[in-house]
Amino acid sequence: MSNRKVPEINSTSTADIAFILLIFFIVSTTMNIDAGINRKLPPISDEEIKDAPEVKERNVFIVLLNRNNALFVEAGPLDISELKEKTQEFILNPLRKDNLPEMVLLSEKRDKALAAKDLSKAKEIQRAIDIFGDKWVSKGVVSLQNDRSTKYEAYIKVQDELMRAFNELQNSLAKEAFGKPMDDLTEQEQDLVRVVYPLSISEAEPAKIGGK
Amino acid sequence: MSKFKKKGDSEVPAISTSSLPDIVFMLLFFFMAATSMREVSLKIIVKMPEASEIKKLEKKSLVSYIYVGKPTEIYQKKFGSEPRIQLNDALKDISDIGQYLVSEREKQNEADIPFMTTSLKVDGETKMGVITDIKQELRRSDALKINYSTRKLIR
Repeated sequence: MSNRKVPEINSTSTADIAFILLIFFIVSTTMNIDAGINRKLPPISDEEIKDAPEVKERNVFIVLLNRNNALFVEAGPLDISELKEKTQEFILNPLRKDNLPEMVLLSEKRDKALAAKDLSKAKEIQRAIDIFGDKWVSKGVVSLQNDRSTKYEAYIKVQDELMRAFNELQNSLAKEAFGKPMDDLTEQEQDLVRVVYPLSISEAEPAKIGGK
Repeated sequence: MSKFKKKGDSEVPAISTSSLPDIVFMLLFFFMAATSMREVSLKIIVKMPEASEIKKLEKKSLVSYIYVGKPTEIYQKKFGSEPRIQLNDALKDISDIGQYLVSEREKQNEADIPFMTTSLKVDGETKMGVITDIKQELRRSDALKINYSTRKLIR
């Protein structure tokens, strides 16, 4: 009778096979996760908009990076470490100064949206009022301008500082109202926070002067 | 005949390697899960700047990449040392971006097109002039969602 055992399959080479696969994956893949600063570009229109909404000078915060990568804010030189605070002061206008942007109450904005028959917007503002209370919203817009020979690195640094200014404000509001940082909120909750602190950074087309 | 063998005679038992495949497979699965395939081989040097306020790009399939930087040494003879644009595997001109975006869009579902993002992977030393031209081209192609790709800066 054949009660011989079936010989075991030799498995010493599985290690080698696995090593080959491992090395293949190490070589052909990358580990880096893609991350960066999200932005939305303004849509282009064929003809220049003739009746562009006039923005008062006090509502615009001009951040200029010149071709030597020097930072100018509202026509005066500024160190980049102070940019965040300056931006936040501009958005909040805590002392209601005349040279800083106008502030509007959320309820006023809602009434305006109602008058313009923009119901979905009015509804969203109303929900924001329900949660955060009747907050003041800034009319200010940050205008980031650069020269054609500004270095990309410097530009990103300024973008980052501006984002930090906005993110900090949004985060503090999110923590106050929901007890969670901005990143842990749902999309709808994030949108509500953005009603109070809209991310209003405009990237102007650079001046054509100045060579490459 | 003695019951006890002399100690010197016994050989050191071989270390069992039967668990070696398991260990290697574990490593293999780690790499398979944690990494992603290289999509393009870069012909330019891209050393991205650092930023802290960054968001991860979700849905990689909806992202089209534009690389900008100096050509590597091998390609400098052919393309010079000025920053160039790379789309997929080739160095291209700014005017080719529109065509590239159209071909990227054709790969997608129609419902997904509004969620498409363009990731700008730009070398930190590049001058903004090139970026501005690219941005204008993106606006013209109606690809308005962009992402300035950066490395993470820990504050």
